[in-house]
Amino acid sequence: MAQDIRDKLMSPKEAVKKFIKEGSQIALGGFTINRNPMGIVYEIVRQGIKNLHLVCHSNGQALDVLIGAGCVRRVEIAYGGNGRFAPTCIRFRRAIERGEVEFEDYSNFQMSLRFLAGSLGIPFIPTKSGLGTDLLNQEGFSPEVRKKRKVANKKYTLMQNPFNGQEDPVVLLPALNPDVALLHAQYVGEDGTVRIKGLTFADVEQAKSADSVIVSCEEIVPIEFIRMDPDQNSLPPFLIDAVIKLPYGAHPTACAYFYDYDVSHLNLYKGAAKDDLRFTRYLDEWITGVTGHETYLEKIGAGNLAKIKADPVMGYAPGLDRR
Amino acid sequence: MRRDWIEDERGQAEMNRYTDREIMAIRAGRLIRDGDILFAGTGVAMLAATVAKRIHAPKAVVFFETGGIDPVLHELPMAVADPRVMHGTCLNSGLIEAFSIVGHRKLHTIAFLGAAQIDRFGNINSTCIGNYPKPRVRFSGSGGACDAASLASAVIVFMQHEKEKLVERLDYLTSPGWLQGGDSRTKAGLVRGGPLAVVTNLGIMKFDERTKAMYLAEYYPGVSLGQIAENTGFEMDVSMATEALPPSDEELRILRDEVDPQRLILG
Repeated sequence: MAQDIRDKLMSPKEAVKKFIKEGSQIALGGFTINRNPMGIVYEIVRQGIKNLHLVCHSNGQALDVLIGAGCVRRVEIAYGGNGRFAPTCIRFRRAIERGEVEFEDYSNFQMSLRFLAGSLGIPFIPTKSGLGTDLLNQEGFSPEVRKKRKVANKKYTLMQNPFNGQEDPVVLLPALNPDVALLHAQYVGEDGTVRIKGLTFADVEQAKSADSVIVSCEEIVPIEFIRMDPDQNSLPPFLIDAVIKLPYGAHPTACAYFYDYDVSHLNLYKGAAKDDLRFTRYLDEWITGVTGHETYLEKIGAGNLAKIKADPVMGYAPGLDRR
Repeated sequence: MRRDWIEDERGQAEMNRYTDREIMAIRAGRLIRDGDILFAGTGVAMLAATVAKRIHAPKAVVFFETGGIDPVLHELPMAVADPRVMHGTCLNSGLIEAFSIVGHRKLHTIAFLGAAQIDRFGNINSTCIGNYPKPRVRFSGSGGACDAASLASAVIVFMQHEKEKLVERLDYLTSPGWLQGGDSRTKAGLVRGGPLAVVTNLGIMKFDERTKAMYLAEYYPGVSLGQIAENTGFEMDVSMATEALPPSDEELRILRDEVDPQRLILG
């Protein structure tokens, strides 16, 4: 019997108000310049929610906006970068150099494994990655931070493989169970089934590890459509708590088969992010100064959105001027 | 030093001249064996992999840590999460699947990595300059670099050859090379891999089989040994170095006309 999403359908405003609180631990979907849950992130900034604890592998635009807007107190992260638009995310870099955020470094695989462990309900997970490095030898969080809610009391621990009786060290990493996972998908069925097209990154593990899951999507599609080819689907309805219909909800990052990354907007952001005053103006102009997602899209303009429209076969906008 | 690619009045490239990025991509491409599984970043590494595939390693497979495996790259990606890495793949997956391939026991995988700093044993810093908790300069961090350096069969590093980058002591060890040299990598529990070569704008460095210390294997035409010593922050054996063969006309043609015709990476 198919489920119904009527009671889960909400606006960004309602979803953020209901699930995200001051101090929440949040996993951001997407990767650098692709499928970041920007519409939800902008709403977090509008509502002025502070002291967030982000848990990330390679986050780009969403991470940088949240840090730049002063919403983030603490971050566990593998990579803060935006591809060739910003090899190191600009506000992220500045916040760390100025000592404005508490941070702890892991690697992409390590963070993905921590989400996987959380999704499986196991307290920790072993890996060979990182042996002999400063990812293990240097700690970012202070002992005080280590006592906080949802922070592991150790960064990692080493143990010998218990099964072969030889010298065979492995790294044990603590599981993650964030309060909320945010993700942007191409399709959600009327039953709540989620379909992510292109690469899934660690979105599925993140969603399964979280206490609550908010999904924004390009389209809500009939049950007959989403169940006609279930091999393509990513998450079942009963793991999803809120569904937001939000076309261009990943803008200015890409959403495969719908639109490419918005080169002109990312370049505009890059220019603004380098200067504190200009960045404040950017936030005013594009996020806090607009009433919601529709106004934001109107401001971006139909012409710009047409330029980044993806070719349905290639999945991106061929020939897009990417300088 | 900069070698500029110039065109004559008829718009024909002077084939014997090439830029730093061009020789880096072509020379690194020659290190790739047919059938290798290549963990690629973007930038010059992407060019090296693509050139190799078109010339001597057609069976090499390029894949990305984001989960895109063997894409048809009609256009160069600007990030490893670019939708261009998702087109025409044999499989679109996610991070965990991608890392299961990097470290797969049946595969010979080569990872291409960049570095803010590297030491004589090929350990890499891509995290920060200065003290880690309050750094003078913060970089992006490991991403998948530490994972690839821990798990892949071999690593090829691309970087600019500068004294501040090839250093005696790293500010932060993000990705494991040969650690303290000798058999320290195996002792730390890393079962395979280690850096194979460092490709810079001046030449190619490799690692001594026993000590695992970096030595100069090749310098590019027009580069002197003195220039390399001057730009290296530690003592390096140059006694085995030979002059590298310049890129061939065919290699340059493929790189310029087929791989990066818009010069998005070549500049």
